[in-house]
Amino acid sequence: MEKSRPLWDNPLQFVFACISYAVGLGNVWRFPYLCQMYGGGGFLIPYFIMLVVEGMPLLYLELAVGQRMRRGSIGAWKMISPYLCGVGVASVVVSFFLSMYYNVINAWAFWYLFHSFQDPLPWASCPLNGNRTGDEAECARTSPTQYFWYRRTLNIAPSLEAAGALQWEQALCLTLAWLLVYLCILRGTESTGKVVYVTASLPYCVLIIYLIRGLTLHGAVNGLIYMFTPKLEQLANPKAWISAATQIFFSLGLGFGSLIAFASYNEPSNNCERHAVVVSLINSATSIFASIVTFSIYGFKATFNYESCMSKVILLLTNAFDLEEGSLTADNLGAVQGHLQAAHPQRYAELQPQLKNCSLEAELDTAVQGTGLAFIVYSEAIKNMEVPQLYSVLYFVMLLMLGIGSMLGNTAAILTPLTDSKFIASHLSKEVVSGLVCFINCIIGLIFTMEAGNYWFDIFNDYAATLSLLLIVLVETIAVCYVYGIRRFEKDLHTMIGHKPSWYWKVMWAFASPLLIISLFIFYITDYILTGTLQYQAWDAAQGQLVTKDYPGYALAVIGLLVAASTMCIPLGALLTLARRRLRRGRARPVA
Amino acid sequence: MLRFLLLAFSVVVFAHAELCKPDAQNAFKVRLSIKTALGDNAYAWDANEEYLFKAMVAFAMRRYSSKSTTQISNVLLCNVTDRVSFWFVVTDSAKNVTTVAGSEVEAAIRMNRNRINSAFLLSDKTLQFLKISSTIAPPVEPSTPVWLIVFGVVLCLTVAGIVFLIVTGIQRRKKQNKESSETEDLEEKCEVTVTIENGIPCETLDLKAGHINGVYAADDERFASL
Repeated sequence: MEKSRPLWDNPLQFVFACISYAVGLGNVWRFPYLCQMYGGGGFLIPYFIMLVVEGMPLLYLELAVGQRMRRGSIGAWKMISPYLCGVGVASVVVSFFLSMYYNVINAWAFWYLFHSFQDPLPWASCPLNGNRTGDEAECARTSPTQYFWYRRTLNIAPSLEAAGALQWEQALCLTLAWLLVYLCILRGTESTGKVVYVTASLPYCVLIIYLIRGLTLHGAVNGLIYMFTPKLEQLANPKAWISAATQIFFSLGLGFGSLIAFASYNEPSNNCERHAVVVSLINSATSIFASIVTFSIYGFKATFNYESCMSKVILLLTNAFDLEEGSLTADNLGAVQGHLQAAHPQRYAELQPQLKNCSLEAELDTAVQGTGLAFIVYSEAIKNMEVPQLYSVLYFVMLLMLGIGSMLGNTAAILTPLTDSKFIASHLSKEVVSGLVCFINCIIGLIFTMEAGNYWFDIFNDYAATLSLLLIVLVETIAVCYVYGIRRFEKDLHTMIGHKPSWYWKVMWAFASPLLIISLFIFYITDYILTGTLQYQAWDAAQGQLVTKDYPGYALAVIGLLVAASTMCIPLGALLTLARRRLRRGRARPVA
Repeated sequence: MLRFLLLAFSVVVFAHAELCKPDAQNAFKVRLSIKTALGDNAYAWDANEEYLFKAMVAFAMRRYSSKSTTQISNVLLCNVTDRVSFWFVVTDSAKNVTTVAGSEVEAAIRMNRNRINSAFLLSDKTLQFLKISSTIAPPVEPSTPVWLIVFGVVLCLTVAGIVFLIVTGIQRRKKQNKESSETEDLEEKCEVTVTIENGIPCETLDLKAGHINGVYAADDERFASL
């Protein structure tokens, strides 16, 4: 007799789990960047269109498959069609790659969190050099926040080839991050269900606090105006639409198998249609909310930097020409500069290279995404606020909650198929399997704590999941619509939730979403082909900025392996099943 | 007599003018930012403040070389601007019309920088001696880095949580095993009255309604999909 499948305590736990998984770091650090690059307020138009065409239907599809089949990704796709077991395996492989590198972000968040309990914050000013006459050389070339990120946190090597030593501090933080994840997934849905209450709601509390603080900061309005002025001409740029589509796609976490895993723990009568709509709307709303906060922070930081730049120029001129203190202000700077240039042309010409042209627009234009935004730009803004320790702690706790929430989904995607498999479940208990998975991931993740680890992180971040996921979801959609049959799927949904899906869902599943994914796929492939060699950004300590370098051969091989390892599972799975059936038929024929 | 005195005076003044001028040998430029430091409480820079400055430099020289020969009149100021910046030079009272070596003056100022700053209610940044760099006080560092303490706390809490969950899980499973073995014993005692056929009690097979055979239900994947 089968042991009953563990269930969520109530539907709210399921919704919170999905929100906690979908609302992740991408909402905070990728969406504001895209908004800024592709036309500010105008970007919301392609974003919402893609949400309706692609996001909601695909999310509903995955949740419905999980809830109907009541299995993890491997078992679920095997039940749809035995030839599709490769799709489930590909999902598990991609989830495995993701969990390997994603927890490193939580390790960094822990590092910054632990360092927030100091006064002053360690990234507020440069450390002193050897003989205490000035700032440390590398720090003086860049800013204290960049120095703290690249030198004190990552201790980054100048290139990918210079692998460097393991950073024990980062290794400790990574171990702690994995221990925390293990604590949350130890008991399966029983423990995960309680944890997601916290990981789903705490980020919103912090975002609200930051919204209030951000909007009251000096200069925040500049950032908000900059963001929301729609530049509608960007809508003609195809990249805007493609970015909107990819953002919706990856933000919802489709194709990893996590949503199938979560839905498999549902009661069969759960209304997953309503939940799909709710989760996707909340995800998008959170992105917009987070970008309001981010842009008020941007505005504050840009205004602060602009005013510092102006004061530096004023000080320089005051000292060079021995003018009275306070006589030069931001208002009369232009006029006085002209006067000085006319009166003392030689002295002014000598000074010219040091006088920077301060521009608020230029400061606002520096668009950053990813770890740069989260750990450099935000920490720079935080250090200039009052009581920076409090805001720093709040912010990094929020990053941790977002990261842990996504990790819960990732590990569920790996563990659910493993615990579903009778072979493993009979030999090892749930706790041991979870422990093994966490341990293996932690050991492999130590690669990312080496000096060149951040470059490997970028490789995994850019290539491990992107192409493979598009292929996986494409195969999923086609499988459900054309292999399983949309009529049969309709009937299943009718049994589960009580009514058949409307024509909107059917049209999206059958035509719109697959076409969209195919075009995204084509775009990605052509982009890779056109750019030729793949390049990465390396930190040059001598210059104090990022420089572009080419990937060495073995790195390109790793990238190829990453993509192949997951995509090849799909055809391999189909071929293996075909071979097994032929063998069985061959064996059965002589008997019959 | 008067003419001699006038001549001598003009010679001295002329000599002093030669000694103290911008970029002269052993001369230092000083820059004060009084308004930046004190805001509304800023005082105006006038002759009295200059006198105080001369006195402080003379004091520094006396303390450094510990011979009480430097007088206030040995310190010469010139080229005072609106910025408030000026040049100063220290003449040697022993030798006539020569300036004290720049290195000595620098060392003396460095030694007494704190006293000079506080006399003017300023700091190293707002009272700048342009050629004399100041050593910056290092930040206070605690013996154990703070982050390790917080790390240790969080680590202990997490490990305690894991151990607690694992132990309660093992205990629960032991209890379940004990309960199921107890029900098995109970069944064995009652077995005498119930006839068992292939491990299934005969009563359940007598149901009028159809009975789903568990063996076939899980195997629907082996059948071709319709």
